[in-house]
Amino acid sequence: MRDINDYIPIVGQSVIDELKLLAAKLEGKKIQNINSTLIGGGVAEILSCMIPLLRQLGVDAGWDAIKGNERFFNITKNFHNALHGVPVEFSQDDFDFFVAMNRENAAKMELYGDIIFIHDPQPIALIEQRERLGGKWIWRCHIDITQPQPEVINFLKGYIERYDALVFSAPAYALRTGLPQALISPSIDPLSDKNKELPQETIDQVLEKFGIDKTRPIVTQISRFDYLKDPIGVIKVYQKVKKYLDCQLVLAGGGATDDPESLKVLNEVKSMAEGDPDIFILFLPPDSNIEINALQRASSVILQKSLKEGFGLTVAEALWKGKPVIASAVGGIPLQITHKYSGILTRSIDGTAHYLKQLLNEPEYAKRLGANGREHIRNNFLTTRHIREYLLLFLSLYHEGEVVRL
Amino acid sequence: MLQTSTKKTFRFYTYFHLVNLLGLQAKNPVELLEGLKKVPASSIYYHTHRFLRQHQFLYPEPPNDFAYWLINVLNLENLGEAFAGIETVSCKNIGTLRDAYVGIITEYLKTDPSIPNAPKGEEFQFMSCRTFCLPAPYFANNLTEFRESLEKVSIHSLCFHIFESRIRLDNGENDFSAWLKSIGQPDLADEIARLDPYCMTLEKLRQKLIGMVLKFERH
Repeated sequence: MRDINDYIPIVGQSVIDELKLLAAKLEGKKIQNINSTLIGGGVAEILSCMIPLLRQLGVDAGWDAIKGNERFFNITKNFHNALHGVPVEFSQDDFDFFVAMNRENAAKMELYGDIIFIHDPQPIALIEQRERLGGKWIWRCHIDITQPQPEVINFLKGYIERYDALVFSAPAYALRTGLPQALISPSIDPLSDKNKELPQETIDQVLEKFGIDKTRPIVTQISRFDYLKDPIGVIKVYQKVKKYLDCQLVLAGGGATDDPESLKVLNEVKSMAEGDPDIFILFLPPDSNIEINALQRASSVILQKSLKEGFGLTVAEALWKGKPVIASAVGGIPLQITHKYSGILTRSIDGTAHYLKQLLNEPEYAKRLGANGREHIRNNFLTTRHIREYLLLFLSLYHEGEVVRL
Repeated sequence: MLQTSTKKTFRFYTYFHLVNLLGLQAKNPVELLEGLKKVPASSIYYHTHRFLRQHQFLYPEPPNDFAYWLINVLNLENLGEAFAGIETVSCKNIGTLRDAYVGIITEYLKTDPSIPNAPKGEEFQFMSCRTFCLPAPYFANNLTEFRESLEKVSIHSLCFHIFESRIRLDNGENDFSAWLKSIGQPDLADEIARLDPYCMTLEKLRQKLIGMVLKFERH
């Protein structure tokens, strides 16, 4: 387990000292995080890193996941897609089943927090227990809800409005509501297997394992196999560039236990890549962090051609490794990349292909973009900043006014 | 007003922001003007000071969110430059700063009829911030202790005493100058007050302050 002091060489002593000062102000408060999965996906990854660190800082923080069957996760996956604007049909029975599963979880699990921090829509209806239990309730939405399907957002609003505070990852996701809405970007852990420094021999071993040629340019997208990550679009970008430049494409990612759609997308991607030995489709198990780290570090350019994003943590991961990144200007990605300064923002296959050719042809410029990106991540998107903002969020529930003296 | 010093002892504070989303956006200069008039002072403060902390490693850094959006999203170079050109250091408080922006954009709308709209998804999103301040474990009773603390305090602490205290908490001057005057160092106080801290990185600011104090320590 990591020690909070291990972050001092990366962020500085004063940052850690300040976290300790803030954490001391939460003495006596129990914080209970609840989401839908303990393994896989960005939320689980962040919580598994943050909870032990919060505890080391003296905060009484816990984490529980609700349970669900295949039908429940199919419904919540459809919620996820509908909130991103994908047309999906729901029956009243779907909504009823969703609520029933939340109630079943509420009956079985212990809700013990002075602050109950609910992540994403899956456990949102636990707020029904508020009248019985009291306490402060926060709902954090990790996904892009700028063009939601009205039926779903209206259904969820019935629950959202009952929380004390909301948290979003990007400014455009704000709702028109009188509730306090905090902007807290997610973060990456610089000491995790996925982000820590790796010896060159480890990187070489991973490339060898997958048969990737380290002497030729490598273009990579790391993401779950999901339509919203546009892996098909990435292959089209590669095919455009490949006409002019020799390169290899790596599409690597896994699936989460709450995402039954992954295999379907994976099969489509494999079929499109068939016959090209320079395209590597890697469906990786959830514990493949070293492999992902190595693939990112071995890459010449990293893409994140998402059609929608909650935040796009893979962009922060790539930038932290000093890599030039070309990413879609969606969700939280523009918070991480300032166009032509710390990366490239694009909006189309043609635009992405155009910049990919430029970065492959101009490695010095690409290197500068990557170096700036790394500093931006150091200052704004590491675990320590995230912990600080959560501490402030928790404290904000107990204090009034624009200026709070602690 | 936060008491950061007694007559002799300077107590360092640090501060943090929790960013609030206001659910209010602007897609063109007319809507930006409407927003500028009605958002809380903490929103003007946030949008004019965010880059100082977030891009502390970068120079030149983008001047403020309004100017950045006008130049990079709406391609209104002249209007954006006018927004960037406001000398925040000469504004006594957020109200003065708000009036300056409102004046610039009102003039622009009288003279230039072009009102471009931002592409969908790239509208200006108004935000604000709540400030949480708390004592840092650093004190100074004389110039040497002051310099030693300046070397150790966080960037946030520096920001608090130089920017936040003066313009947001309406103290009229930065905390360092106020304390230095009280201990009989008016020249050093004046030298610090004449700095334009908006035109350098925060580490550069720290080094400048340390250098100034060193010079007076040796007198």
